[in-house]
Formats: sequence, structure tokens, C-alpha cells
Amino acid sequence: MQIIKDREIVEDNWQHLDDDAELVAGNVTVSLTRWQEQHEILEQHQGGLGLRLSGDDPLEEVVPDLARFSLIVLIFPQFTDGRCYSFARLLRDRYDFKGEIRAQGDVLQDQLFYMSQCGINSFELANPNRLTSALSAFDDFTESYQSTVLRPEPLYRRR
Amino acid sequence: MYQYDKYDQMMVDQRVAQFRDQTRRYLAGELTEDQFRPLRLANGLYIQIHAPMLRIAVPYGMMSSTQVRKIADIARRYDKGFVHFTTRTNFQMNWPKLEDVPEILAELATVQMHAIQTSGNDIRNTTTDQFAGINAEEIEDPRPWAEIIRQWSTFHPEFAYLPRKFKIAIIGSETDRAATKLHDIGLKLVKNHDGDVGFEVMVGGGLGRTPIIGEQIRPFLEKEDLLSYLEAILRVYNRLGRRDNKYKARIKITVREHGINHIRELVEAEWVQIREQLRLDEKEIDRVKAFFTEPDYDASAAQDKSFEQQLADDEQFAHWVRQNTFDHKVSGYRAAYVSLKKHGQPPGDITSEQLEIVADLADEFSLGEIRATHTQNLVLADVKQAELYALWQRLRDHDLATANVNTLTDIICCPGLDYCGLANATSIPLSKQITERFDDMDYLYDLGDIKIKFSGCMNGCAHQSVGHIGILGVDKKGEEWYQFTLGGSSEADASIGQRLGKAIPKDEVVDTVSHLIDAYVELRHEDESFLATVRRLGVDPFKERVYADH
Repeated sequence: MQIIKDREIVEDNWQHLDDDAELVAGNVTVSLTRWQEQHEILEQHQGGLGLRLSGDDPLEEVVPDLARFSLIVLIFPQFTDGRCYSFARLLRDRYDFKGEIRAQGDVLQDQLFYMSQCGINSFELANPNRLTSALSAFDDFTESYQSTVLRPEPLYRRR
Repeated sequence: MYQYDKYDQMMVDQRVAQFRDQTRRYLAGELTEDQFRPLRLANGLYIQIHAPMLRIAVPYGMMSSTQVRKIADIARRYDKGFVHFTTRTNFQMNWPKLEDVPEILAELATVQMHAIQTSGNDIRNTTTDQFAGINAEEIEDPRPWAEIIRQWSTFHPEFAYLPRKFKIAIIGSETDRAATKLHDIGLKLVKNHDGDVGFEVMVGGGLGRTPIIGEQIRPFLEKEDLLSYLEAILRVYNRLGRRDNKYKARIKITVREHGINHIRELVEAEWVQIREQLRLDEKEIDRVKAFFTEPDYDASAAQDKSFEQQLADDEQFAHWVRQNTFDHKVSGYRAAYVSLKKHGQPPGDITSEQLEIVADLADEFSLGEIRATHTQNLVLADVKQAELYALWQRLRDHDLATANVNTLTDIICCPGLDYCGLANATSIPLSKQITERFDDMDYLYDLGDIKIKFSGCMNGCAHQSVGHIGILGVDKKGEEWYQFTLGGSSEADASIGQRLGKAIPKDEVVDTVSHLIDAYVELRHEDESFLATVRRLGVDPFKERVYADH
């Protein structure tokens, strides 16, 4: 499957494991439940390890473990559920997460600009046929008034 | 007033291009109705009974004469030649074509206007007092702060998909003409013991089906911390607000369910983390304040003697001055209402011709600026007393001088079943009938300050629950009925009205208002207002009158 990562279309090299799926080699993501129940086994995993979070999950409880993950997947059950925008900002600004943050679920072109400003840098589009046209969304606006992850200095300090 | 720089203009222009492409993709079938809906709502576009309804932003109510002429022109070419002003100082057009909307927005952008975040689950237009900057009672002009909030809230990437809509109002005086206690966040400029000016912050107010008066979350916030504190409240709300039930998704419910003390703890904990990063500097505050400096008022304006003479000579003019003008902090000037409440007309409506007249009058008499009010009127804020008579005559010639501001016929009314897809019941025709019933101006003046607020459904766009008399349209098995409340207020003494009793059928609504007024006239003490009378006696004596067998 192809995704958008850092504004380019790339082949995805991650597998998202269901809670009852067998642990396989390579890069895998797991749910918070699975991480909490099996973290001793998962700590030994040789490939990349990623964590999937939804807006219902207690972000702050995960913070001590963040260094173990190279990918955090934020799940958008509907594109109108904006909780994970705050998660992304906190992961970047407050918890200094340097790895990949990916949007998954109901992810559409028209939200990519806001998501990217909040620090999400890869995107599994709900409709993978729209990857090329979606790339233009990152340039919908060339400025932001606010302090964002991509432009930490708010416009009022730069104008 | 504020003027866009290259950044502001670029963002509005890029927004037009973005929405043009979104509309194109929707019409081409590339976006579903569900995918397009939040996008169009964030550009003020509803799909209503007759056609789309487009709500255009008037940030904190301020318009230039150039902008008002453009509004008139757009309403004429793309709509039916009139617009409707709302309680949040925006205006609406009821018949634009969907495919024309990108072009309308492009035309608005040429005069520094837009429809950004006038609907949808995002941060809406910040509103303020229509007398901001000219009000002697004011601690400080709230408009620069409203502009700073406008910029911070426009396209805030983290808060574009909130649990529900989010409204902020700000005032600079004790008198509250912006209903701040009924907003998600209400801000009031206050002085602390050291004489420093900052903000009192209220949170969790709101109307709709669960009206709640906001609670104080912070008694004093330093001005430089405004944006970090707002951001902290929004972040807490974005994470905590309910998303399972849209009727419980406003921050008023979040505050009620968690308690103001817990919400305060969460907000303050968040705030200390972002406070330094978002601190406003003097340079930016001064940059924005420079757009709202005092104009060069004529120091000799107060020496005019003609005004006193005209007041003595012309009783109609004197009534208008008493009801429809307001004390200006500069002696020799007054602020004048442009009444959009002519008896028998839909409240808040104004035609393109009238808009052009108002623009001309603003240029001629009031420094080229026009303000929209929470009560669905307009204001010319800087008129010399010597010119009020000429202004009044011109307003009167165009049905804009009905001297009924703050009287019973200055009704706040939503579009109702005639236009709105949400409404259960008619509101505008009944409010017209009320104004026709109470057409005797002397009687209106005798009745004094009475605020009727009339909504066609539970969403409460006309804020009926804080009307001195609130009227709410409800649907009962396909028939329109009306629930009355008494004793509400949206001002500094904010209160939620009490239910009068069982709902009233449509053909008895106007009579019911008459019964309430008759009861008030009998029950009042000398000079006692309607609201004070209701508060003293409760609803029972009014209830007896209305539900008695007539």
C-alpha cells in the first residue's frame, strides 16, 4: 500500500497487527492494550515498533514509553473527530517525539494542511486513489497566524 | 479600523482558492455530501429550505462604508437584494446559488471580508460591544483584543474540528451589550488592585436547549497571556468535550459535568506549559492597537447650539435622540442607531438600497464606519450633535429611524420556519404582528425597556431564554406552538427566563404578549421596569393573566 510521508508518495513498510494476530518480523504497530499487556515480549521485537492511539486513549500514560516507538499512529474514526490534532501537537511540542506520526482512518485531502501543521507527517488516505491530488493540500496556505509544529514562531513575532 | 496587510490578504485569498477547489470537487462527485458539509460550513454555507444560506463574518461588528457598498452589490447581484443581520453581528443571504459562492467569497476578499468559520464546529467570529472605543464607561477598547483573537482563531490547525461550535465575546465595560456570560468564553477587561488592565475570564455560558450562565475561571489574566490562556481552554475542551451526543458537546456541558474547579485545574495546568511560548509582545499589541486609535474629533463640536434648539422644536426628533442615540465619550458627539426594526418588517433585514444609503451616511456623518449590534441593528458611532438632525431626516426617509431601540418592538428574531431548515415554527411573521399590535410609540416609551427574543426552534438563535419575554417555537404533532419564558437577561445581571406555563397556540401569541404587558402595567411600581417587576413578583401573576379564561 502507498501512503504520503513527508509530502511524498511512498510504499508503506509497516504492518498494523490486530490484538490477536501473531507477532511477525519487520515493522509492526500494536494497540495500546496490546502494548500494555505484552510489552515485555514487544520490547524484544527486532523490527520497528509502532503504537496506535485513538482519541479515547490516555496519552499521558504512554509518555514514559515513547522512546521505544519509531511510529505513533493516530486514529481518526471520523474526520470530524479532532482530538488527535491535540495529541499530535502534544507529542511534538511537549513530549518531543521525533519519530513518524501517522494519521489513519477517515483521512481526507481537506484535512491534511491542518494535520501537518499539528505535526503529523504521514498519512494513510481513506481513498488511496487520491494520493497524487492530495499532495497539493499541504500548500493550501503558505502562512499560519498561530504557533504550529511546522512554524513554532507565531506570525505576530515575524511580521 | 483594522486593515489587512499582505499576510491577512494572502490567507483570505488562499481560502477562496481552497473553497473554489472544494466546491468543484463536490460538484464533480469527488467529495460526498458528508465530506463536503463541514467544509462548506467552515465557509458559512448552509443548505436551507429555499436554497443555500451564506453567513458572512463581520469581525466584532465593524464595517467600512466600502465594505457595506460591496455587501449591497453582492446581495443585489447574487441574491434578492437584501441581507439579514444576526445576533452575533454577522449577516446572512438566503438565496445564493451554491456554484456562485466561491465567486461571492472572491468578491468579499477584495474588500477584506470573508465567511471563514461563521458556522461549523470551530471558533466563530468574536463579538463585542457596539459602543467599543466611544464609551465613557470603558476601561479599555476591546476591539484590538478582538482582532488579536480573530487572527489566532482563524484556521487554528488544532481547533478546526472541535466537539461543537465555540463562541467568544469580549467587552471593555461593566455594562454588557455583548451577552458575554452566554458565550463559551466571555472576556471582560478589568483593572486589578495595582491598576493593571487585564481580563476576567468566564467559561461555559451558552444558550440553545440547555441555557447556562458562564462561570468565572480566572478573575484576572494579564493581557500578554490572552492567547495562551485561550489556547489552554480550547485544548482542554478539544480533548474532553463530548463527541457522542451533539446536544451535550458544548463546553457548557463539559463544565457542568466536570465542575468549574476541575476544569480550572486542567486549564491552568495546560496553561503553565504554553504560557511563555505564546506570550504576546508589546510590539504586536501596539501594532494592532494602532488601527483603533482615536480619530481627530472636532474639539468645537460641543459648542454647537442648534442641537438643543432642534430637540425643543421637533418632538419626533427628540424621541429618536432619546431612544436611538447613545452618549459618546467625546462631548458634542453621539452614537446613532440605524434601526432595522421598522414595525411590520422582519427584524434585522436591510435592503441593498438601504445599505448604500447607510454607507453614504457613514461617509458623510460618521468617519466612514458602520457597526453591527447584537440586537440586529446598525450603529453610526461618531456623529456630531450638530449633524444629528440631518442624519435623522435622511434615515427617516429610508425607514431606518424607527425610534424603538430597547423598546418592546426592538425584537430579536431568528429567520424561523420561513427560511431555516432547523426551525419548527414561524417567528418573523409573528414578530411582525407583535410590532403592528404595539405601534403606538407613546405607549412603547411608557412601557420602557422590554426585550422580546423570539426563536423558531430549540437551537435558540434569537436567545429567547435570556429575553425579558422569551418566545420559543415548538412543533406539536405538526402544529406550531409557542413556549413563553419571563425574566431572562443577557446583560451583566444575566439570568435564564422562567417558563410561564404550557405552550400557546400560534393564533394566541400576539394576544399573550398583550396580556403580559397589561399585567405589567397594572403590577409595576412607579418607574419599575418590566424585568424588575417580574423579578419582584415571579411569573405567577403573569401566568394567571395569560391562562385566565378571556
